[in-house]
Amino acid sequence: MSNPLILYLCLRMVSGVMVMDSLLSPEGDSQRTQYPYVTGTSVIGIKYKDGILMAADMGGSYGSTIRYKSVERLKQVGKHSLLGASGEISDFQEILKYLDELILHDNMWDDGNSLGPKEVHNYLTRVMYNRRNKFDPLWNSLVIGGVKNGQKYLGSVSMIGVHFEDDHVATGFGNHLARPILREEWKEDLSFEEGVKLLEKCMRNLLYRDRSAVNKLQIAKITEEGLTISQPYSLKTFWNFAAFQNPTVGAEGSW
Amino acid sequence: MPKEQANWSPYDNNGGTCVAIAGADYCVIAADTRMSTGYSILTRDYSKICKLADKSVMASSGFQADVKALQKVLASRHLIYQHQHNKQMSCPAMAQLLSNTLYYKRFFPYYAFNVLGGLDSEGKGCVFTYDAVGSYERVGYSAQGSGATLITPFLDNQLKSPSPLLLPAKDAVTPLSETEAIDLVKTCFSSATERDIYTGDKVEIVVLNADGIRREYEELRRD
Repeated sequence: MSNPLILYLCLRMVSGVMVMDSLLSPEGDSQRTQYPYVTGTSVIGIKYKDGILMAADMGGSYGSTIRYKSVERLKQVGKHSLLGASGEISDFQEILKYLDELILHDNMWDDGNSLGPKEVHNYLTRVMYNRRNKFDPLWNSLVIGGVKNGQKYLGSVSMIGVHFEDDHVATGFGNHLARPILREEWKEDLSFEEGVKLLEKCMRNLLYRDRSAVNKLQIAKITEEGLTISQPYSLKTFWNFAAFQNPTVGAEGSW
Repeated sequence: MPKEQANWSPYDNNGGTCVAIAGADYCVIAADTRMSTGYSILTRDYSKICKLADKSVMASSGFQADVKALQKVLASRHLIYQHQHNKQMSCPAMAQLLSNTLYYKRFFPYYAFNVLGGLDSEGKGCVFTYDAVGSYERVGYSAQGSGATLITPFLDNQLKSPSPLLLPAKDAVTPLSETEAIDLVKTCFSSATERDIYTGDKVEIVVLNADGIRREYEELRRD
């Protein structure tokens, strides 16, 4: 059983018979997530000297249309954490509701303790994995970062529960376009300015090459002192490459 | 209305290779530290090795979320065992528990390929090797994961394990010394790294013996 796809297809054949009636009836599984509708693209996170920096644009795509341009995909969670999400926006909103309840109950203990990014990451991993087990996933890739008691933490969770922590993480296209830049240029104890410059370099790259990216982004910073999410702003881009001038010079009549 | 097919898979292969070798009075368990998805590397620094009990160490590759869930279930069961029996689980006992845990999800398996290494009740090294649904046997050495097909023939050549069909039964543990076994494991991983794209970055080697447990790392190619 070396191929996960074959395993999964055998599983569907078997579980189709073994599982409850509601899944076999014609509209039975219309309640389960089949595919995403409104989606956010990459989120990038890096550790720097004082804490974590995260960047995400503000686009919400509806398939190939960029339908929403002011979606905040970076949100605070409790005192110590920052959550960035890509994927289905409505599922992200659902996750924020779960986290709201989690933080509320944590605060209600009134014991001076508060959940840190590690704990929130673990909680989200369990939520995502358990939804995957029920074949009804929350269609998101999450980046969770924060600082607690001087310890910096940066982690990622995917929609099927795959999770890890690292010095820099990214979701979606960010894995292909941003991580290579970060592997070359990230170093321990970046200053805030260096960190922002690095993130902007990655976001610019994504803007050029990811068709679902929009030129309106937010950068969030979380340190021991607290969290700030920047006002939306846009990046300067350069399109004046020689190859783009007179593009039809070699093929008259083309466009 | 024709039934819509799901276009997402609950499984993913996050790659990696695990190896374990049993010695007369030690056991070496090793795994690379690369975690991948598709053709991307997610992180170069991820441990696939989990200490389940004082004398049992498990290395698992495959779908990382299932591996982590499996480790959690076993750790939890071990804690209960300790509460009920006031002692640590022996390696053969843990081996049976792992098999049962895997078979429990026979119809929605943990996509995890495991090797369990440790010391048996006599202090001899033992290695148990598994498939995703719990078939297992005690062997002298084993490799699992994406590089297993590259490593196993090499180990067969170097360790010449006796046939399990022999009567009287011949001991499967290798005559190699601890240092020789560790060296062999390092060679296995450097070779597998050359040809398997999912294996590389670093190899984490855990050694269990009468003195306790220790861990060492060796750099591998990062391409």
